[in-house]
Amino acid sequence: MKTTVFFGALTAAGLAAGMVSAATLDDVKARGSLNCGVTTGLVGFAAPDANGVWTGFDVGVCRAVAAAIFGDPTAVEFIPTTGQTRFTALASGEIDMLARNTTWTFSRDVDLKFEFVGINYYDGQGFMVPKELGVTSAKDLDGATVCIQTGTTTELNLADFFRTNNIEYKPAPIETNAEAQQKYLSGACDVYTTDASGLAATRATFEAPGDHVLLPEIISKEPLGPLVRHGDSEWGDVVRWTLNALITAEELGVTSTNVKELGAAATDNPEVNRLLGTEGELGAMLGLDADWAMNAILAGGNYGELFEKNIGENTPIGLARGLNAKWTEGGLIYSPPFR
Amino acid sequence: MSTLTDAPKQGFRLSQLIYDTRYRSITIQVVAMVLMLAGFFWLINNTVQNLANLGKDFDFGFLGNPAGYDINQMLIEYNNQMSHGRAAMVGILNTLLVAFLGCITATILGVIIGVLRLSKNWVVSRLMAVYVEGFRNVPLLLWIVLIMAIVNESMPQPRDFRGDEPAAEMILNDSVAITNRGAYIPRIAFTRSLSGNEPVASADGLTPVASGGIDWLLILGVLATSIFAVRYLRKRADKIQAATGDRPTQWYLELGVLIVPVAIVLLLLGATIVKPYLKGFNFADGIEMSDSLIALWLALSLYTAAFIAEIVRAGIMAISKGQTEAAFALGVQPGRTMRLVILPQAMRVIIPPLISQFLNLTKNSSLAIAVGYMDVRATLGGITINQTGRELEGMLLLGAFYLALSLAISGLMNIYNRSTQLQER
Repeated sequence: MKTTVFFGALTAAGLAAGMVSAATLDDVKARGSLNCGVTTGLVGFAAPDANGVWTGFDVGVCRAVAAAIFGDPTAVEFIPTTGQTRFTALASGEIDMLARNTTWTFSRDVDLKFEFVGINYYDGQGFMVPKELGVTSAKDLDGATVCIQTGTTTELNLADFFRTNNIEYKPAPIETNAEAQQKYLSGACDVYTTDASGLAATRATFEAPGDHVLLPEIISKEPLGPLVRHGDSEWGDVVRWTLNALITAEELGVTSTNVKELGAAATDNPEVNRLLGTEGELGAMLGLDADWAMNAILAGGNYGELFEKNIGENTPIGLARGLNAKWTEGGLIYSPPFR
Repeated sequence: MSTLTDAPKQGFRLSQLIYDTRYRSITIQVVAMVLMLAGFFWLINNTVQNLANLGKDFDFGFLGNPAGYDINQMLIEYNNQMSHGRAAMVGILNTLLVAFLGCITATILGVIIGVLRLSKNWVVSRLMAVYVEGFRNVPLLLWIVLIMAIVNESMPQPRDFRGDEPAAEMILNDSVAITNRGAYIPRIAFTRSLSGNEPVASADGLTPVASGGIDWLLILGVLATSIFAVRYLRKRADKIQAATGDRPTQWYLELGVLIVPVAIVLLLLGATIVKPYLKGFNFADGIEMSDSLIALWLALSLYTAAFIAEIVRAGIMAISKGQTEAAFALGVQPGRTMRLVILPQAMRVIIPPLISQFLNLTKNSSLAIAVGYMDVRATLGGITINQTGRELEGMLLLGAFYLALSLAISGLMNIYNRSTQLQER
């Protein structure tokens, strides 16, 4: 009899343990901070600065989400993940969201049971080689040793590219960007391949960036964006619409400098009003305060500001907006309306 | 006279289960088993439940799907269109390779260092002590990373070998290239290969050569037969010695039996040595020992050798000093005393802990993760899991593999151990 009760209790405990993952927003609120998975260090996207404070383009998304929930962009616990550990960390609940140059692919969305909430950087895979090798095209790389981060889509693209072009290569598998940099600079591999933005960011940290060239070939589509676990749509909505709020803010001309002023009282632009909570109930629908979007924008600026500050043309990384310009300027960055 | 009456038979009471020593042990065992089963039940139930909540199932079907990724060191044929299962096999063989190489070098190094640490020469014994303590007390991971960094940073790049006045040159008559990507050494190939596939033009581009599995099987077979023949010759010599007291001189016969047949086969196959040469970005056409293999192999060997040295030293010290003294009294030289008297006895003490060191080395090979050596943890336990999202299945397979490998090693070594134990009659 007692055993039955015991087993019953065990089953109940097991069920309860299983259901913990359901309401992430409540968990985050109760914890008082957001656990955000980032890279182990890629300057411009996510890297700790000299004071140990994480900064970067992906970090900006984490901070915006934290600000939307708590009104405090520092309420984030940054958890560095490698290409191999990131998905396990997310699936196991160690992190609430992942903002880590992660490519939105079919199998990750469908088979690995994740939910990509949007795209914050349209990228493609490129190659970087030392200038002195005299290589001008990726198709000249027959027989080269290529540094490649394992467990990434770039690894699969690389295999496809060389196979379809009927040339051979030798992979030199590495775990983190720092390791790749060391290997590449010491000449243990001829080529480093990853997303073109990552290459630019890595090259910017070199002593002599001019000695290295990015080859013209971009061999894949790499839509990078933040993602959350499958099965908690409310939490997915929070992250998705925080990202959309940043994008919409740029489109509407709401910046970190004028957002306070615009959010103080209703303006004559109804979408700005809905975004900043002076009209409608959008915040309450998400389970957040009315000024959630305002806080998110205050955290690091709108999408354009984040871009310019972290990876734009005036930074050492120097990426042009290109595909990542907003849709009104010929780019692909586009947010569904706040309505 | 008194009559003994049996104590009145008491009925079984529940309290006896705890207070009666006849029943107590059973009670404890039953309770322990129920708790254990409950624990397992809870674990499995929890896992199934959590997987269901994540919307995942439990399925090994992913092993048959195309892997899509490339591996830089393959002992069997593999390309990225083959299955995850095949990639796992490639990883398994790489693990076995580095474990095998590591165990052999660690044993050789360990025995030498262990013996030298007992040397009467102060400098030698101190040097060995420094070596042992240094390697034993610093984590293996640091050694692996350090050796990898040394290989990567201090060796020349392949492109340094290029040009009229290259910054680096190949050694040993232009046949071995040591680069920061690994060492390239010559290989043996056959102009009249039996398998005939894989034709490779050598450095000068004149003789087409090939090297197939059948050729090597043939050579190994001939070699094995030769060894059997040599053993037969030895037995015959033993018999003659037992009968007549004279041992026939036959070393030239043994040597001939060992070498001549293999030499003939090699000649028939047209064996040639193919030297590596610079082709494009890398050296081509030799055996490549990648930087990660070298770093892992060296680090594992040096690290485990320190432990084996201590085991050997303990084993030697366990043998009574009287044995040495007796040998010396008979006029046996120190070297022969060690080889013929001390070590054979010490082996009985040495082998059991040596087994654990082999197991440690094999399992430690999974630290390959630090240098990107593509062992089974990197293929099955790394990339495959990452690309398919099958963590649980992959880790179970990986665990099962290491378990099976460890049991196999310890089983084989135990057979050897029994053969060296004292045979009591």
